[in-house]
Amino acid sequence: MNDVAILNFNMGNLFSVKCALNYVGLKSVVTDNAEIIKNSKSLIIPGVGAFPEAMKRLKEKKLDNAIYDCNEKGKIIIGICLGMQLLFSESNEIKKTKGLDLVKGEVEKFSEKSNLETKASFNVGWNKINTNKFKKNDSYVSDLDKTDMYFIHSYHVKPRTQEIKTSTSFFYKKEFISSVKQDHIQGFQFHPEKSGEYGIKIYKKLKKELENQK
Amino acid sequence: MNIRIIPKLDVKNHNLVKGINLEGLRVLGNPRKFAEKYYNEGADELIYHDVVASLYQRNNLSSLIKNTSENIFLPMLVGGGITNTDQIETILNSGADRVFLNTAALDSPPIIDNIVKKYGSSTLVVSLEVVRSNEKYICRKDFGREETNKELIDWAKEVEFRGAGEIIVTSIDSDGTGLGFDLKIAEKLSNNIKIPFVINGGISSVEQIDQLLNISNPSGIAIGSAFHYGHIDNDYVTQHKLDGNIDFLNKKQKYKNFGKLRIQEIKKYLKKKFKLN
Repeated sequence: MNDVAILNFNMGNLFSVKCALNYVGLKSVVTDNAEIIKNSKSLIIPGVGAFPEAMKRLKEKKLDNAIYDCNEKGKIIIGICLGMQLLFSESNEIKKTKGLDLVKGEVEKFSEKSNLETKASFNVGWNKINTNKFKKNDSYVSDLDKTDMYFIHSYHVKPRTQEIKTSTSFFYKKEFISSVKQDHIQGFQFHPEKSGEYGIKIYKKLKKELENQK
Repeated sequence: MNIRIIPKLDVKNHNLVKGINLEGLRVLGNPRKFAEKYYNEGADELIYHDVVASLYQRNNLSSLIKNTSENIFLPMLVGGGITNTDQIETILNSGADRVFLNTAALDSPPIIDNIVKKYGSSTLVVSLEVVRSNEKYICRKDFGREETNKELIDWAKEVEFRGAGEIIVTSIDSDGTGLGFDLKIAEKLSNNIKIPFVINGGISSVEQIDQLLNISNPSGIAIGSAFHYGHIDNDYVTQHKLDGNIDFLNKKQKYKNFGKLRIQEIKKYLKKKFKLN
């Protein structure tokens, strides 16, 4: 049985995620096969690209059902970057599109006003995650306060309930939510597999949790 | 926003190479080993540049990128000789996050629009390799070999307009000299474009970085020689059968202009300068 199924819908840096899992000693498979996902202990949804295209591909491959199935069984589900955004109710990227709706909330674009210095509407680079206020959530980031993580995105999530926040970060002066946790679901706007040793700690925590399930 | 410190690894036939003014490429060692050192020293990102790819119209880096991804968990920007989206797909699937283009964009600017449409602005960086010529800055292609009629700022604005997410600008005159980056270029870009830009060429000291940041606001600083010459592995040449210019390694030389600058030193300075906590 694989520890982790990495969901393959031809979007995003799957190889780097697999390398990070290998590195911490987790057995993983990159797959779009519902049976293989069913037979894996946990699920990672990566993703780089546009929201509507990603949802379209998920549905075409019937991977949305595979994700719901994991959720019903209470398996650990991790969304990274666009993969986290897909877990939310809807996004206004390009056109209003319904997401998986496992986490209630919306996905919004950074407004150009949030960044007076350059007017760039997306965030590429290293930003600190602030987790101190959200310690009670017991997430994989809870002891990584003020560590730098690597971000590359132009949209960010706005959950309807504040309790699920596990960290915030700043894009210039705009504070946004950089990770969430709701029961067995966690989402990271940054890329732990591209964030050096602190990012790898997140994968190590996944390993620990999976070991404790045995 | 943190200014990224980005070791730039120029690669030719699987070897790390470095020249002066993009010419006279010396073989310096195994790029993978250098990458690992930079990762451990706290680099923010790595650049791999296949410097002969454009000439031979292929990019040869995917096995190197894969190999690097196995235990180096950093963003990777990769370029050299990219002319189509199939190549981009291969590079991204090997573990790179972003790609950069120079020659293909100059030959056919709409390629920028097409790539942006398919992968988003944040995936595409356009590289500008410029030489100073009668107080003007002119872009070159094919790793500095061929002149074009594009002036730096005109082209930078067009690249921005077409949707590129970032620019990396190389001062060919500064490259490999260790004498600092051409500040005029940095100033012009700061004043004329809104998308972020990375500067490349000539940086070998914290003082030079300080001068640069006093007059411009780059998003990153790429450094080659000043890092590489501090990590030369003279045994590399005896362990491997190498082609290319291996005189430097054979003679077990040190390069007096370089070899003292470290990533942590720059980070310490940046922290102080911007009072980051």
